[in-house]
Amino acid sequence: MGYVAVRGGEAAIAEAIRSLEMLRAGDGGEPLAVAAIQQQLRLLVDRVMSEGGLYDPRLAALAIKQAHGDPLEAAFILRAHRSNLPRLGESAAHRGEGLRLVRRISAAFKEIPGGQILGPSTDYLQRLFRYELMTEDATAFRAAVQDWFADLPADALPGEFPKVLDLLRAEGLLDDQPAALEAIDITRQTLAFPIPRPARLAHLTRGETGGLLTIAYSTMRGYGYLHPTVAELRVGYLPVMLPDPLTGEAVEAGEVLITECEIIATHETHQGTDGPPRLSLGYGACFGHNEIKAIAMAMCDRAMISGEQRGARHPAEDAEYVVCHVDGIEAMGFCSHYKLPHYVTFQSDLENIRSSRAKMKGGA
Amino acid sequence: MSQATTRAANPAADRFGFLDDFAVREIRRGLLKALAIPGYQVPYASREMPVARGFGTGGMQITLAIALPGDVLKVIDQGADDSVNAVALRRFITAACPELATTTSTAEATLIQTRHRTPERPLTARQLMVYQVPYPDPLQIVEPSEAKRRRMHAYGDYARLWVKLYEDVVRWHEVALSNRYPARVHGRYVIDPSPIPRWDLPKLHRSRAMHLFGAGREKKLYAVPPFTDVVPLAFDDVPFQVERFCDAAGRRHRCQTCGTDDTYLDEIPLPDGTRRWLCNDQDRCAERMSHGR
Amino acid sequence: MVADRPVLAVRGLSRIHGPACPSCRDLTGDAAGTNVCPRCGSVVAVADVAFDLWPGEILGIMGESGSGKSSVIRLIHLDDQVTAGSAVFREHDGTEHELATTGEETARRLRDTRFGMVHQNPHLGLNYLVSAGGNIAERLLCSGERSFQAIRDRALGLLTRTEIPPGRIDHQPRQFSGGMQQRLQIARALAPRPELLLLDEVTTGLDLSVQARILDLILEIQRELGVAMLVVTHDLGVVRLLAGRTLVMRHGRVVESGLTDQILEDPQHPYTQQLVMSAL
Repeated sequence: MGYVAVRGGEAAIAEAIRSLEMLRAGDGGEPLAVAAIQQQLRLLVDRVMSEGGLYDPRLAALAIKQAHGDPLEAAFILRAHRSNLPRLGESAAHRGEGLRLVRRISAAFKEIPGGQILGPSTDYLQRLFRYELMTEDATAFRAAVQDWFADLPADALPGEFPKVLDLLRAEGLLDDQPAALEAIDITRQTLAFPIPRPARLAHLTRGETGGLLTIAYSTMRGYGYLHPTVAELRVGYLPVMLPDPLTGEAVEAGEVLITECEIIATHETHQGTDGPPRLSLGYGACFGHNEIKAIAMAMCDRAMISGEQRGARHPAEDAEYVVCHVDGIEAMGFCSHYKLPHYVTFQSDLENIRSSRAKMKGGA
Repeated sequence: MSQATTRAANPAADRFGFLDDFAVREIRRGLLKALAIPGYQVPYASREMPVARGFGTGGMQITLAIALPGDVLKVIDQGADDSVNAVALRRFITAACPELATTTSTAEATLIQTRHRTPERPLTARQLMVYQVPYPDPLQIVEPSEAKRRRMHAYGDYARLWVKLYEDVVRWHEVALSNRYPARVHGRYVIDPSPIPRWDLPKLHRSRAMHLFGAGREKKLYAVPPFTDVVPLAFDDVPFQVERFCDAAGRRHRCQTCGTDDTYLDEIPLPDGTRRWLCNDQDRCAERMSHGR
Repeated sequence: MVADRPVLAVRGLSRIHGPACPSCRDLTGDAAGTNVCPRCGSVVAVADVAFDLWPGEILGIMGESGSGKSSVIRLIHLDDQVTAGSAVFREHDGTEHELATTGEETARRLRDTRFGMVHQNPHLGLNYLVSAGGNIAERLLCSGERSFQAIRDRALGLLTRTEIPPGRIDHQPRQFSGGMQQRLQIARALAPRPELLLLDEVTTGLDLSVQARILDLILEIQRELGVAMLVVTHDLGVVRLLAGRTLVMRHGRVVESGLTDQILEDPQHPYTQQLVMSAL
């Protein structure tokens, strides 16, 4: 018997839960181990942590499992969980130089001090199916791990990775740096537009990857600056510095994997109307390894700054447009709400149309 | 075994290369039309490839559609044969076309696929250049709508692009375009020559070789046939200039490997804050070194 | 050059919006007191308009909103499609163009190089994304100018001529006052040395003193350059000052035409009489 709108709501929900659980358990096979999700679906875990706004790979993996693999649902679960967690403190602001690097590239120069580190990137892979993955087992995994450790270089990685932007800054090519910006907790403080840049970035870092990508892509195709250059993209572990409860000194409490991207645009300087051309920046950063998001975020940041300075000419340059539409949890929630019964409102619509039609028929 | 090598090894496959016959036919016809109407952007149903959009699918589709056994292929990115992207593309193409020879020597190549450079060595009538193109349309700088741009090209209406040049000269004393400098082909269509630097644009003018342009993501093909006029858009009294590579005192930097001062250079920032300057075109530099220039 | 042929020869010019039916013409117009055809609902914006415009002459087109005066300008400027009739534009070198049937390419060339248009609302005539100089440059570049210095010099010259301080050449139009934006429109319209200037309510909405300066400017331009002009207005004062001859329009028709002085002194048509009376 089908779902009936008028009564039986509780029973329907109970049935829905049962059927969902059935779908999840379905073939009666081995349940996915949360640790396996955390390891083998790490990029999905990273995306969910980023959109959920909470760095907890294990919980994110659980959310993915619970949500049957739906990334937005999983991020939603994480967000809801985060919402009521007590705030224990605030870490100090970090400039990203202390990143324990996994990957680091610059599109701006062929070689950079510290070196270009390709790292675990899929950029240059051919997207052809590896059918052998269908029948792999744990021995293949062990072999991959052993192979990796077999020829680890004895020398340590260079410790110095100066920021590419600092090179350009030293030549006087960059717009002046803004005064120290204050971090804003957008979940605890409500702001009215126009909102300051830190708040915009805070919204974007929790934004839905696909939505951010779409808006950023529009700028790349002409609804904006077109083609900035990636000064630097870093993926690495950022130490989280908290004040020691006794001494008050900053102490490393742990580390989080982040992706950070800095882009450069030319001739967009807003310092005076007759100064020489300069390089202007866009910045993006997020939890986990998510390069698309970091780059897209930087593009949107650049676009919104332009819009702020000389007026928005395109949607991506309109901060209100961007910030209001990139939160996947909010968007997905509202999108889903359309499925809720709207028959009261629709009834009113019908009556309204009938009334006009009757009047028009009568009038003519 | 990759899909490409499976196809190539399949005796039922009637040609080598990754693309299906319809794609090959469409691309070849598109290129013929592009050559017949120099600089005109020919739309085509660009195929999705195992390589990501933005990484050279347009160039690759052209190469796969026109390469023949006996061709000698060179693939470069930023002037280098060994850059990660060039390596990845070359690997894919040679897997799809096993009878294709490859080389790093510009002199030996018959087919050169490139991203962002034209080789320094003058090309011959035996050679085909295939450019990877992110933005096929020079008007994208001033107009985001493709529908509007088509009309502008149709009526030869490039006024808004010219106005941007005017505003740039007023504001910056220079046209603020470095690579992708717009140029008029055969006196009619204005093209985006792909992100080659200004340095390379004069090489297209009345070139002996054929220059083919493929935009995979934007789904366009265009071409500059041999011996065709390619003229950068510039005011008569604000002449087009190439990159100068001069130091603060006005002295032209030399390549620290081969010592020449007539090539496009890479600027390498060193940890001590100084810079090293090297020929960008690896093959040209190596050639000069071996011939003891 | 002997003025033996008009710059613009218009006969039976009509523009109907909508399906149109055989009764449209008869059921609309001055006698009917409406533009809207009662039978098919079409709007007869303009019907049976005829006039000649001679080289160096200023012809006024006067009427209220809905009279069709702006529609006539739009038809001549090839911004709208003629429904019926003829409008022959004659270039300096004798080449003639039937505007009613001209193709897009010729239309563009005429608009870019032979015509100049000044709108009541500067947002319709200026490009707010580029500087004042850029606005003028755009027109020059359309007509093939390729020397930066020549463009710059001509822009400075035109700004001076239209009494805009040349030092503002690199300013954005939105930084200009309303009067100055109008003058920038005029500068832009004059850039390619057009043979025909179309002025659509160019002083409406401006302060009286600002209006006066612009009207003086137009007169000076006509004296200096001898360019033929169509001046559309609802203001008798404008017509009196600028136009040697005038058409009076109502409900899409020309109801009176002749020498401006004569029309204003001795109006024949009751509507014209009304207009003249109310202005006194």
